[in-house]
Amino acid sequence: MNAFGSFEANYRRPALVSFLRERLISLFDANKGQEVFCMEVCGTHTVSIFRHGIRSLLPPGLHLISGPGCPVCVTSQRDIDAFIWLSRQDCILTTFGDLMRVPGTQGSLQEARATGARVLTVYSPMDVISVAKEHLNTLVVFLGVGFETTIPGIASMLFEAKRQNLSNLTLYPAMKLMPPALHAIFSDTGCRVQGLICPGHVSAIIGARAYEPIANQYKVPCVITGFEPVDIMQGLCVLAERILNNRPGIHNAYERVVSWDGNQRAMDMMQRVFLPADAEWRGLGVLPQSGLALRPEYANFDVRSRISFPETFVQDSSDLKNKCRCGEILKGKASPSACPLFGRACTPSRPFGPCMVSTEGTCAAFFKYGGQETCNNT
Amino acid sequence: MQQHITLDHGSGGLASQELLFKYLLPFLNNSVLNELEDSAVISIGETKLAFTTDSYVVDPIFFPGGDIARLAVNGTLNDLAMKGASPVCLSLGLILEEGLRLEEFERLSRSLSEAAEAAGIQVVTGDTKVVPHGKGDKIFINTSGIGVIHCEPVPSYHRIQPGDCILVSGTVGDHGITILTSRSGLKLETSTTSDTMPLHRLVAALLEEVKSGLHCMRDPTRGGLATTLTELAGRSGWDFEIDEEAIPIHSSVASACEILGFDPLYLANEGKCVVFVAPEHAEKTLQLMRSRHEGVSAAIIGRVMPEKNGRVILKTAIGGKRLLRPLTGEPLPRIC
Repeated sequence: MNAFGSFEANYRRPALVSFLRERLISLFDANKGQEVFCMEVCGTHTVSIFRHGIRSLLPPGLHLISGPGCPVCVTSQRDIDAFIWLSRQDCILTTFGDLMRVPGTQGSLQEARATGARVLTVYSPMDVISVAKEHLNTLVVFLGVGFETTIPGIASMLFEAKRQNLSNLTLYPAMKLMPPALHAIFSDTGCRVQGLICPGHVSAIIGARAYEPIANQYKVPCVITGFEPVDIMQGLCVLAERILNNRPGIHNAYERVVSWDGNQRAMDMMQRVFLPADAEWRGLGVLPQSGLALRPEYANFDVRSRISFPETFVQDSSDLKNKCRCGEILKGKASPSACPLFGRACTPSRPFGPCMVSTEGTCAAFFKYGGQETCNNT
Repeated sequence: MQQHITLDHGSGGLASQELLFKYLLPFLNNSVLNELEDSAVISIGETKLAFTTDSYVVDPIFFPGGDIARLAVNGTLNDLAMKGASPVCLSLGLILEEGLRLEEFERLSRSLSEAAEAAGIQVVTGDTKVVPHGKGDKIFINTSGIGVIHCEPVPSYHRIQPGDCILVSGTVGDHGITILTSRSGLKLETSTTSDTMPLHRLVAALLEEVKSGLHCMRDPTRGGLATTLTELAGRSGWDFEIDEEAIPIHSSVASACEILGFDPLYLANEGKCVVFVAPEHAEKTLQLMRSRHEGVSAAIIGRVMPEKNGRVILKTAIGGKRLLRPLTGEPLPRIC
């Protein structure tokens, strides 16, 4: 697109991209026969890689595996079913748009809305404050899905609600923390990942230092980089070089946004409202201290303290559901095309698994941008 | 499995197609309808007519650069124009919700009259219904249009050939992003305006100059440029190659899309057309478009390839390649 300002344009300069491409190609020429597996953790990276056609530029030995960095995709079926159940209760649900189409065991929020449920999409948690003020006699629930990028905003919303005594505003906490998921990936015996392209937005909050334990414990390189093509190509160059030369450690190639220590104010806000708690991830199971619970002084903002939820939700044990491989895809153990449902029974217009729903989901990105077909043959 | 109509079915993407192909067309099967072009082409004696209908349900009803009434006139005119027809007259069907302010209704009527006058066309028949409060959304408008086709052969996807150049008459995504950002709840101030405008005069000028060298035209409304291109590639069977860098996008549209996570190629346009011309006419077509106010930022964006896979291949600005896919459902803003 020829319309970007000079700042973005610099990070999309074809000459820079082809320079970095040459560097990658000569690196792999010098290491003939070597296979390198890198994981881009974040869904925004996955989409950017597809959107700019970056896969079609990489040497054949360099493999990209998409990680668990799409917040909608890692939300457990139990939570999704709880959201849909909640939409049938006497309350107004507020949510980010991505959650609308996620298939629950019975329907989606979008379908619930089509049959009368009050579900509003918001663009910022702060919008929920206005919704709550407009409906003071109705319970307003925000579906708290997101990583460290989104959590400070959710914390600010609750901080503000408490300050304004908005007792009808509540949260369903299903937020997730990124580092525990990375530990889970590297602890898995079948792990193929040799290095990480760390999530840029999350890193802006938690800081580059947050990856130190990963880099030290698993002896892998972790590269933090931005989302523009030049950022990604540069990140891949550094990461592939470090993997091939066996140089673990942290490299911050996104210093214009990410600092070593992160955003202290945002982290303070998170800690003011939330406490770490165990959380269930789709595909990864329950990971200790990987989610957040409300601190005691905020406990009455937890919707589960206001409405009693059914003990368990009926699990869909249908054949199709069992074939869905989102769990393995999130761990980087399978590629979408290895799933028997991908592109056939499961498409963005009729998704079975969450990785097909969110625009940042691995399957949705593979489907939208032509999947394995990188057009090299044309 | 979905049991109900959802907003996705109205998005103009794959879900809309499924609704049509599975639940409607099997019951209305006929050769004119099955072409699924912007207008139906019907012959009466020696005369070829274009006939089309469209409903407008946009929220908000007033937006930067236009309103629902202007859309209703221009949108239907453009559907006629895409078959090379000169518009003859329009019909107007109004569904009003109880509670709509008369002042707003009058404003829309005035706007309708201005749009019709600017396009040189008259509304010759109409109908008005009122539904109870909450059963509609202020105002829904349906317009149908009739036009006379003078050109021969009629532009159609059947005539797309390898070697054809693909042009777009101006910047894409303007209308879609304007509507998305003017909806309540989104506090993003942008300078985007809708591109709603009639294209029949531009089309008449093109046909006069290029004649039968103009093979096919489409207005990339719902689903945007990407959906229009993938649909035409699928129907014609040929591969298209598109240069991402060549696609004109207004800088304010590009930045709003970056912030909200939308892809401008999937956003609606209401005053743009995609044109397929024989290669020897490409430069002339481009110059002609650019010389008129409807096409000042027109560009050649790609070409029809000799391979017959029905795919659209996008050459990205950085030199990569990927496939373009149709829109699947209502575009949703992302979480992070």
